Amino acid sequence: MNKPVDAPLGLQGAGPEDPALAHWRGEYASQIGTDRPVHNRSGIPIRPLYTAADWNPARESATGLPGQAPYTRGIYATMHRGRTWTQRQLIGLGTPAEYNARLQGVLGAGATAVSLIPCNSVFRGVDMDESHFELLGTCGTVVNTAEHMDRALQGVDLAQTSCALNDPSPFTLLAFMLAAARKRGTDWRQVSGTSNQSDYISHYVANHMFFRLALPGARRVLADHIDFCNRFVPKWNPMSVVGQHMQQAGATPAEAVAFTLSTAIQNAEDCIARGMDPDTFLPRFTFFFDISISFFEEIAKFRAARRIWAKVTRERLGAKDPRSWRFKFHGQTSGVDLTRQQPLNNVARVAVQAMAGIFGGLQSLHTDAYDEALSCPSEFGARIAVATQNILREEAHLTDVIDPLGGSHYVEALTDQMQAEIERVMGLVQEAGGMYKAVESGLVQRMIGESARHFQAQVDRGEQTVVGVNAYQVDEDRSARPVNARPDPAAMRAHVAAFAAFKAARPAAEVQRALDALARAAGAARDNVFGRVVEAAEAGCTHGEICATLRRELGFGHVQALV
Amino acid sequence: MSSSNLIPKVLVTKIGFDGHDRGSRVVAAALRDAGMEVIYTPPWQEIAAVVKLATEEDVDVIGISSLATDHLIVPKLMQALREAGLGDVAVIVGGIVPDEDEQLLLEAGVARVFHPGSSLPSIAAAVRELAAGVRARRTTV
Repeated sequence: MNKPVDAPLGLQGAGPEDPALAHWRGEYASQIGTDRPVHNRSGIPIRPLYTAADWNPARESATGLPGQAPYTRGIYATMHRGRTWTQRQLIGLGTPAEYNARLQGVLGAGATAVSLIPCNSVFRGVDMDESHFELLGTCGTVVNTAEHMDRALQGVDLAQTSCALNDPSPFTLLAFMLAAARKRGTDWRQVSGTSNQSDYISHYVANHMFFRLALPGARRVLADHIDFCNRFVPKWNPMSVVGQHMQQAGATPAEAVAFTLSTAIQNAEDCIARGMDPDTFLPRFTFFFDISISFFEEIAKFRAARRIWAKVTRERLGAKDPRSWRFKFHGQTSGVDLTRQQPLNNVARVAVQAMAGIFGGLQSLHTDAYDEALSCPSEFGARIAVATQNILREEAHLTDVIDPLGGSHYVEALTDQMQAEIERVMGLVQEAGGMYKAVESGLVQRMIGESARHFQAQVDRGEQTVVGVNAYQVDEDRSARPVNARPDPAAMRAHVAAFAAFKAARPAAEVQRALDALARAAGAARDNVFGRVVEAAEAGCTHGEICATLRRELGFGHVQALV
Repeated sequence: MSSSNLIPKVLVTKIGFDGHDRGSRVVAAALRDAGMEVIYTPPWQEIAAVVKLATEEDVDVIGISSLATDHLIVPKLMQALREAGLGDVAVIVGGIVPDEDEQLLLEAGVARVFHPGSSLPSIAAAVRELAAGVRARRTTV
């Protein structure tokens, strides 16, 4: 660790230089004129040429083969030649019925798994009757009860379809889904998918989208959630460690990976401290990352992350099962790279980002709609995003060969350098006492804010070209802009009215009993809070009621004002 | 006082549900670096809290960052500001604002809307000019 990222590599290496290389060096120097220094987004200096001398191809233990630790070349022997990746588009808008109609369309277009983005009011821990009506359903689906979830997923076989829920602590959406599954007679042991927003640390650091309990409460409820799913919903991935928020908030790609792996270590060590065996829960840890347009850097980032995780799980966390060592990740193309100016250009950007993720060896992919910098994505934009994946997967021959860039002098050397930079930042977090402490003190938040300002300054100075923004500006043809989709206000009013009727008709005593049990569980270390959330969901409690109860018992995690 | 030597006082905040604060933090830091007095709040402010803070701090400009449709309640903020006697404060909105909504905001009294791609110097220059206008109107009243 703490290896300088620009450690001299082979080009300046000792010993007599190859005459051909010396000749190239002379020609390069005489023809290039003033050579501009190039750094990638993680701050690593990039040379004009890489050769075999820049990395060590004989180092089999580091590069190895796919499906073999340390998995630099991929976590499975077959990788995309066998099963490609899960095509998982984020969708969510309007009422549960409107969501369901949109879902059927996306599944028909080739998506192979379901995702659900709830309304921002849900993210904030409140029900629709506590919200500004103007905002309901404009960014996600208004799901407040188990009944709403059942309607949203109507026609979806929960035993067959992997569902990703954007479901922060206390995981009410999964609780609603489990309630719906029980009602339909679906065995919980067959229910599969991922709690996409279970990483409270990333929320504290980078994305204040979500209701969150004060840090100690958030930490405890997450461990309860992992423990519960482990025992009763074994095909569910309860822990998605999120680097996406951090990179979107401004962390460099290397910082984002370093913070994410540090978070994963923190959560794993919390579970181990409860007496859990790492090999029971690590195989269900997944990661979620941003894919920026810095193409080679992103590929090297993912290769390096796999290598580090394989080392950490074995050496630090003591995992013995190879399934625990595998760094499984979902990638999302970066919205920050998309521009409002000349929005159709974003189709090209998303394709490049997605290719970086594919060559980086991802397991699951969301491609952004081109209109994300204009509004919440339109259905038309979402269709092009799905088609982009279909083209890359089936037309472009990108998946014929496993890790096709493996062995590239540049990609291998950059993988080494990204690893060194990631490990340097992980070292800073470790020195601060681990990720929990580093977040509590604001260290990580400050580093991300600093990187965000640095990047914006580069764009403002024109050092980083953004086509249509600081270069190649044209008079805009606004006709290419999509129609802004908003939920039908009449349908939303009916949804609100039905919710009021539902609440009035519930057996009040049963609801109160479930909320009381939840409150008691929050105060009893041996109880499982998430188990009580599931019971509350089945008793007809609403999302807002569950969140309010836990907020009262465990405190709220306020945002620090860090500028 | 001329626009070159007054120190604008700016409140940078977010109302509604969205918590993406990269934009508000970067803009707040840039305005502060440009020599302005910046009052920054974390996301999730209630409209009433923003009005109260603007009153107590006597700000010239309020910057609202909106990345996920929260701009739809900015007209409610404008109304609340007018009712509190703060109709002269310049309100700007930055973030993801669709074209048709921009018109809606301008009609509600918003001074400027900044879209993705706006440079920090251009935002600082606009804020300085708006603040100068606010001060000039206040001194002539």
